Amino acid sequence: MGVATYVKDGEDIREVILESGIPVKAVYGPEDLEGFDYRADLGDPGEYPFTRGIHKLMYRKTPYTMRQYSGFGTPRETNERFKFLIGQGQTGLNVAFDLPTQMGLDSDDPMAEGDVGRVGMAVDSLRDFEEAFRDIPLDRIGSGLTINAVASIMLAMYQVVAEKYGYGPDVISATPQNDILKEMVGRGMWIFPVDSSIRLIGDTIEYSAKYLPRTNPVSVCGYHIRESGATPAQEIAYAFGIATTYIDHVLERGLLIDEFVHRFSFNLDIYGNFFEQIAKFRAARRMWAKMIKERYDAKNPRSLWFRMLAGGGGGGLTKEQPEINIVRSAYYAMISALSGTQTMALCSYDEAYTIPTPKAALISLRTMQLLLEEVGIRDTVDPLGGSYYVEWLTNTVEKKIDEEMKRVEAAGGMARAVETGYVQKEVAKQAYLFEKALQERTKIKVGVNKYVMEEEPHKVELHGYDPTVADEQIRKLGELKRTRDNRKVGQTLKDLEGAARDNRNVMPYLVACIKEYATLGEMTGVFKQVFGEFKEPSIF
Amino acid sequence: MAGTIRILIAKPGLDGHDKGAKVVAQALKDAGMDVIYTGLHQSVEDIVNAALREDVDVVGLSILSGTHLSICEKVIRQMREKGIGHKMVVVGGVIPEHDMPRLREMGVKGVFPNGTTFDAIISFLKENLAGPR
Repeated sequence: MGVATYVKDGEDIREVILESGIPVKAVYGPEDLEGFDYRADLGDPGEYPFTRGIHKLMYRKTPYTMRQYSGFGTPRETNERFKFLIGQGQTGLNVAFDLPTQMGLDSDDPMAEGDVGRVGMAVDSLRDFEEAFRDIPLDRIGSGLTINAVASIMLAMYQVVAEKYGYGPDVISATPQNDILKEMVGRGMWIFPVDSSIRLIGDTIEYSAKYLPRTNPVSVCGYHIRESGATPAQEIAYAFGIATTYIDHVLERGLLIDEFVHRFSFNLDIYGNFFEQIAKFRAARRMWAKMIKERYDAKNPRSLWFRMLAGGGGGGLTKEQPEINIVRSAYYAMISALSGTQTMALCSYDEAYTIPTPKAALISLRTMQLLLEEVGIRDTVDPLGGSYYVEWLTNTVEKKIDEEMKRVEAAGGMARAVETGYVQKEVAKQAYLFEKALQERTKIKVGVNKYVMEEEPHKVELHGYDPTVADEQIRKLGELKRTRDNRKVGQTLKDLEGAARDNRNVMPYLVACIKEYATLGEMTGVFKQVFGEFKEPSIF
Repeated sequence: MAGTIRILIAKPGLDGHDKGAKVVAQALKDAGMDVIYTGLHQSVEDIVNAALREDVDVVGLSILSGTHLSICEKVIRQMREKGIGHKMVVVGGVIPEHDMPRLREMGVKGVFPNGTTFDAIISFLKENLAGPR
């Protein structure tokens, strides 16, 4: 998906329009870069405005981190998969949680039935984290935690488990996704209303700035917004709208921009037109640097770094002829590397069907390793810099992003635009137009609407769901509730409620609850009581 | 003469991937149907109650999390219990081929795995809901 629209004259291409609505000519030259100023528009790698990359030597010095999404079933199984991937040379973890965990529900909640341990690991209490992270060198290996509505709870739990295994808050590096606005736009794992959710994110940012110096408390996700249908330009515009909403909130608390913004990171999508994505990332890097410097008056150069995980690309993968996805992903990986990403993760070829099998996950990992070590992608920084087309496209995508940002501002800013459903409506419209174009074959997707095979040559192996996982989780949970000190649990939960009500930072209170083995459902329950729940705007 | 087809598009359970549900809802709307979308995180009971309240002809479930078998079974059972067992149930999403016979057996009339065209869904509904309602 994410291919450009082509107007053809017989077999000749007459007109090309990129997904962000940009018409593309057949040839580009110096006349397309009039007024181009190397220092102002690009700068050397590692220098403002960082268009060419945030580091001087990029992958020569620091290769991108490879971080496959993994985790399923029980914490014990997840722990085994982590060790397997680390043993194969993976340098960071990316933890998948099951849906009940993402929704703050314990495994024995009636709404959790059938979903416990299905798409990720089930977590009810610290006990599960103790199993999942056993024998993992948490000072060396950073962990992405794919969690949003209850990210504050999971971050606190990560701190507690690390401490328990001898790693202090100053050495651990967690990257909880912790981007609730994008959940409301795209992924649907929201619980609390907009303003209370933003406040919880503010708590994690403030707390991390003080106590978790190597932790990245927010990973702003254009990724899921694009997966839901947004164009590449909208992906960045909405991500920026979201990021500045969080920044403005934290600034209101009295923190200075340079105290926290350098720990922000972005999680962005890589499928679609090859050069449009590369231009998107380069434009985003430049725009972010300018915005943080000019609008927020940041002084520390590190605050201006647009650090990104460019990966996934699930929206581009197909259920049809699934092994072709291996090739697709390799191109996506190349987009990511040519765009100067800090972290890479690829969707596995079978992900349109299932949680990646070990074989599929390994192929993804090898794809990223091959790119680094075999074909010379790390030899030189920003090899596309200076290309007439790439620089012109970077400028043009930047204008498109800017236009979309102005629309969000006109809709009242990101928080209000999400509350009223403006953004959701835009994204749904785009998704519909895209799907229609595929069905009408004005957009081509190999194996889906062209080169279709009646008999699929390859069948993917499915990751089976084991219902006994739920029974085991529920049994463990029951045992925990019998053996912990329930009086202490009750007291820490009461303290948490007080902090939530009085607008005190909830993080230290969560740490206290977790140490007493309060469950995820209990802590979430406290928040629901105090904050209420998000009401989805109707967009039809 | 057949009236306008009224369909409830529902997202049961916790899964939040609603692009498919929204895209299909828009396509059915464009095809002239009355579409009611439940929004996310609906329990089976929420869905059956909405089907009753909205007096729909069809309940369309969008399920991508792999829980289609148990959810469809529960929806159909509760619809029978509440006296709307005769209404049509269809399901779309990530549905592996080997589950299709079982879904049909339990009473799911149409199964639309991802990749199904709008036209296929629309003509299925029109053909199977022909006649007065």
